[in-house]
Amino acid sequence: MNRYPLWKYLLILFALLAGLIYTLPNFYGESPALQVSPLRSSLKADDALSGRVTSLLSDAGLVPEVVTLDGNSVKVRFASTDHQIKAKDILAAQLGEDYMVALNLLSQSPQWLSDLNALPMYLGLDLRGGVHFLLQVNMRAALDKALDAASDDIRSTLREQRVAYSGVTREGDTLRVKFRDGEARAKGEEELRQRFNDFELSGIDQSGEILLQAILKPEAQRRIQDAALQQNLMTLRNRVNELGVAEPVIQQQGADRIVVQLPGVQDTARAKDILGRTATLEVRMVDEERQAVPGAMPPFGTEMFRERQGGYLLVKKQVILTGERINDAQPGFDNRTNEAAVHINLDGVGARKFKEATRENVGKRMAIILFEKGRGEIVTAPVIREEIGGGRVQISGQMSTVEAQDTALLLRAGALAAPMEIVEERTIGPSLGAENIERGFNSTKIGFLMIAVFMVAYYLMFGAVSVLSLGANLLLLVALLSMLQATLTLPGMAGIALTLGMAIDANVLINERIRDELRSGVTPQAAIHAGYERAFGTILDSNITTLIAGIALFMFGSGPIKGFAVVLCLGILTSMFSAIMVSRALVNLIYGRKARLAKVAIG
Amino acid sequence: MDFFKIKRDIPFMSYGRYTTTISLVTFILAVFFLATRGLNFGVDFTGGTVMEVHYAQPADLPAVRGQLATTGLHDALVQNFGSSQDVLIQVPLKQNLAGAQLSEQVLQSLRQQDGSVEVRRVEFVGPQVGKDLVENGAMALLLVSLGIVGYLWLRFEWKFGLSAIIANLHDVVIILGFFAFFQWEFSLSVLAAVLAVLGYSVNESVVVFDRIRENFRKMRKTEVTEIIDNAITRTMSRTIITHGSTQMMVLAMLLMGGETLHYFAMALTIGIMFSIYSSVLVASPLLILLGVSREDFIKPEKVEAEEVLP
Repeated sequence: MNRYPLWKYLLILFALLAGLIYTLPNFYGESPALQVSPLRSSLKADDALSGRVTSLLSDAGLVPEVVTLDGNSVKVRFASTDHQIKAKDILAAQLGEDYMVALNLLSQSPQWLSDLNALPMYLGLDLRGGVHFLLQVNMRAALDKALDAASDDIRSTLREQRVAYSGVTREGDTLRVKFRDGEARAKGEEELRQRFNDFELSGIDQSGEILLQAILKPEAQRRIQDAALQQNLMTLRNRVNELGVAEPVIQQQGADRIVVQLPGVQDTARAKDILGRTATLEVRMVDEERQAVPGAMPPFGTEMFRERQGGYLLVKKQVILTGERINDAQPGFDNRTNEAAVHINLDGVGARKFKEATRENVGKRMAIILFEKGRGEIVTAPVIREEIGGGRVQISGQMSTVEAQDTALLLRAGALAAPMEIVEERTIGPSLGAENIERGFNSTKIGFLMIAVFMVAYYLMFGAVSVLSLGANLLLLVALLSMLQATLTLPGMAGIALTLGMAIDANVLINERIRDELRSGVTPQAAIHAGYERAFGTILDSNITTLIAGIALFMFGSGPIKGFAVVLCLGILTSMFSAIMVSRALVNLIYGRKARLAKVAIG
Repeated sequence: MDFFKIKRDIPFMSYGRYTTTISLVTFILAVFFLATRGLNFGVDFTGGTVMEVHYAQPADLPAVRGQLATTGLHDALVQNFGSSQDVLIQVPLKQNLAGAQLSEQVLQSLRQQDGSVEVRRVEFVGPQVGKDLVENGAMALLLVSLGIVGYLWLRFEWKFGLSAIIANLHDVVIILGFFAFFQWEFSLSVLAAVLAVLGYSVNESVVVFDRIRENFRKMRKTEVTEIIDNAITRTMSRTIITHGSTQMMVLAMLLMGGETLHYFAMALTIGIMFSIYSSVLVASPLLILLGVSREDFIKPEKVEAEEVLP
């Protein structure tokens, strides 16, 4: 009765083998490496790039251990930190500003393991060191900005349509337009209804005043907030790229928060500076009479800036517009030619200034310059074809759709959609991270050894079986964590230790049951059978209650606590498998074949 | 080896009056300390800044305090942390200072005094985040409790679910009472430990309840109290061994896990100790109090006899 069919042994063997393979990469350690990623979405990391990296390095006499293509970046592994730093300087200088070269660590595990997608566990910031920021987006400010822009738009629309009105005021989320008479209000309402779908319009008469009330619809409000968050996320991604961090995490959390995790970053002051920086945008005229000469002093009254597409341009110092005048910029298509284009929407003042500037400069080029860190870069420099009024501007020609998206983003990024504030910061130094790993590892090791010694002493052969299945549990848990690339934190390591301590419960339950049955005079084979069968229900019940706690922790926990919850839940699953299946298989192998078993070693 | 060669069932239920008194007294004491002293909430919940810095030589704490006072941080708490070279600085939330900038200010000021200072850890938590964490923690506690009651109700009977959760919430209150009495820092990881204890110590009650149910089916003529006594006695060996093993792991964490895991392991230790006690001596008497009976599991046979077939 204590025999497993062959397929069960094979299943267990397969699970353990898979566990072994996916656990292996954790033992190889990591080597210094570089990660080269393109900063522009129009550029791709491909074989050409990795070939270029390899040849640049071999020209300098550096031989990398491995060069791999991973996602949208090329990763290069080196034998020593010395080579890594040298190579970074070379690549950063040669590849230019279109690529980011970041220091990284890569697993030393052999290629065949990486081919199987077997990677070491993904360590959280508290184990590898780095910074974690939680940023709160000020949604009120985003709404305020949108409402102010709308009231400007209402004014200019009414003026263009020649509707007589005497003023637009804003109170909270409500805009009020004052008219002289009911007729003007009816006409104004009709005009505004066509253009402002985001507002609920209603006419009211209040203390003798004839008003039109415009209330922002809730769905429009949500859309504005969502757009603001997305824009801030994009802007942050761009800025973090500049920090040269390998594997940064930039994610939305909840409705109005953004998590930024920068592994390995020590200079938190600089990181905060870059994240909190406001970029500005300026529109100026290009000086086309003179050629830009890189390295030379620009002529009087002009400045020289680099173009994003490469090359330099001389630009006049006089500023036509600043980024604050841009309400929105969206990628799209030209109505006539169907080419990719960027549509820009200027506010009232901006529209007037833009109209004047374009009237005087038809046929000339204007440059839109993005200033960050006090350094300017020309985003685009289109030719003015005709006078442009009304504040709706389109830039098109010689652009791919990807470039149009990039440009629109950069124009919007002139300023963050809404201000952000750091509401949480956690910085862990690298030495503390390494210490945390060691502490977690050591306490698990010592705890495991203590349990092993005790179990073998107390339950003899069955204790040994329990310890082996506990070992299988650890193997499977680590393999599962590596496979899922779940973030391992210090509380997560504590979770590993704790689930091991708790997993032994199942084996104790089984062993005690077997002893119990033996005491009541059942034969050893029947006792083993009954022990496993009867204990199963209890094990299931007790594990499910812990699973409930784990799931609740996962749902409501944040950061490191989530890591603990993940390990707890996975640990329960692996312990069910190993305590019941693996230990049963071992017992069956040891005792199951003997037809007449007189005694079992259970203490 | 066998530690528990018990010939006769131990009459646990007849001690009911004493054990109930003991748990009531510890419970009331815990509530008393929680009410008078309150929990020493960590920066996770209250908001504020915590910095851990490391000096090349033993740190001069009064000098560090003096230096911080010159930056206007008179209320900064400065203490040694782990070793004489490691210093922990805690600054409560300030209205007029942008929180995230504070750590930079502190560091700059400390660097002026001693260039060898090295940052090991910075935690800044804004007021809103702290509030959210408290709310989420309370939500998680509620959800775990409801989930466990629901599951035990499904698997056993509502009386079991109710007595198990009362027994285990009693453990949770006692853990919190300890933290209040000693004014240990109550951080996020301690909260995680408390919730893990809740899930874990219910195991204990489940194992005993399982036996009780089995006994109800097997021992048809026996009194309820005897059935419970028998169930507890026969599972006692497993209880002690299991908790002993788990405690070995937790002990390793308590001693070797460093400061971060210390209170986490401490909460688990208290939880494990009290869950042994409460599942045996709180949950089971509660079952009797709620009037558990054989009929909860075995439907009277009469019903079947009266059935009329068409």
